[in-house]
Amino acid sequence: MEHYLIIIVSAAFINNFVLSRFLGLCPFIGVSKRLDSALGMGMAVIFVLTFASVITYMIHRFLLLPYHLEFLKTISFILVIATLVQFVEMVIHKTAPTLYESLGIYLPLITTNCAVLGAALLNINENYNLLESALNGFGAGVGFTVALILMASIREKLELARVPRSFKGAPITFIIAGILSLIFLCFKGIIAE
Amino acid sequence: MKIQELSKGLFKENPILVLMLGLCPTLAVSTKAIYGIGMGAAVIFVLTCSNVIISLIKDFIPDKIRIPSYIVVIATFVTIVDYVMKAYTPELHKSLGIFIPLIVVNCIILGRAEAFAAKKNVLDSFFDGIGMGLGFTLALTLIAVIREILGAGTITLKLLGYGWIVEIPHLNPMIVMILPPGAFITIGLILGFSNILKKR
Repeated sequence: MEHYLIIIVSAAFINNFVLSRFLGLCPFIGVSKRLDSALGMGMAVIFVLTFASVITYMIHRFLLLPYHLEFLKTISFILVIATLVQFVEMVIHKTAPTLYESLGIYLPLITTNCAVLGAALLNINENYNLLESALNGFGAGVGFTVALILMASIREKLELARVPRSFKGAPITFIIAGILSLIFLCFKGIIAE
Repeated sequence: MKIQELSKGLFKENPILVLMLGLCPTLAVSTKAIYGIGMGAAVIFVLTCSNVIISLIKDFIPDKIRIPSYIVVIATFVTIVDYVMKAYTPELHKSLGIFIPLIVVNCIILGRAEAFAAKKNVLDSFFDGIGMGLGFTLALTLIAVIREILGAGTITLKLLGYGWIVEIPHLNPMIVMILPPGAFITIGLILGFSNILKKR
């Protein structure tokens, strides 16, 4: 039990996907202007990351390994993720139209979010089993959402601050991300590796 | 004409400093100068090959499935790079880790395929790929050198036992520059200062 908890906490905070592994930076900079869209993006990413971790694990375990096709890993994973995102989009559209409305354009964008492919590849590298992969994916999604929400709240306040003109937008966002990342470094001591 | 396709990627449309594409690998692998060069070389290869292939086959691909087809082409070259690096430079492959397979989702490559190679002829696409790849390598190595000098007090240009490790004397390294926060702060400052230069 404790082992599983450690996987989630480690993926979400200690090795936060955005702030210490640098995965999913494009949406992190692009969608962190407003809090409500950050929340929508975060939810969509948690959803897709968990599903993608499970499915890529199964493909690797039951399709690629038995037939010695590991070299097809990258190709098959990216295609599966792209298909999965389309599929999730259709399912949400049918079953929960209000959620679909609020997620809007963020769903298709997730395909190119490197956090999804990154999590899938990390699961394979770490030799996680099915449950561990799912939890790692979920934790990674939670970590992404936490970072995105923190950033969006700061940037909403930043609108009122006097930032040098050349540093407006992306530059100041990166410097703030650096300070956030410094704070997240403190989580490193929680679990002895 | 050709020179223009080659040189625009270096400064005017530099993928990292101006277009801000491909930031994830930039920040993640820029802890040593040699990692920047290695990652850059991998990206140059993938970008040039996929640009050439896509501009060759662009007339045969139906418009609706062009993005998945581009991704398959790109993923093929990424797999080649992945395995070649694993065989010949295992150390480098290990330190770059998952960021080699993650070149697939690097926005630079798909971006150039969609915006350039799908419209222009083979030769232009070839030079565009090399130019953009060199621009990426240049910016990435610049960030890596800054971080390594400030964070470790060295410049590592050593691969497979060849090359040198330059040590900068009388420098108190700040470990934080090698750690993730240093990456964010370095790129933030570089982008800010390049904005100042652009305004001039």
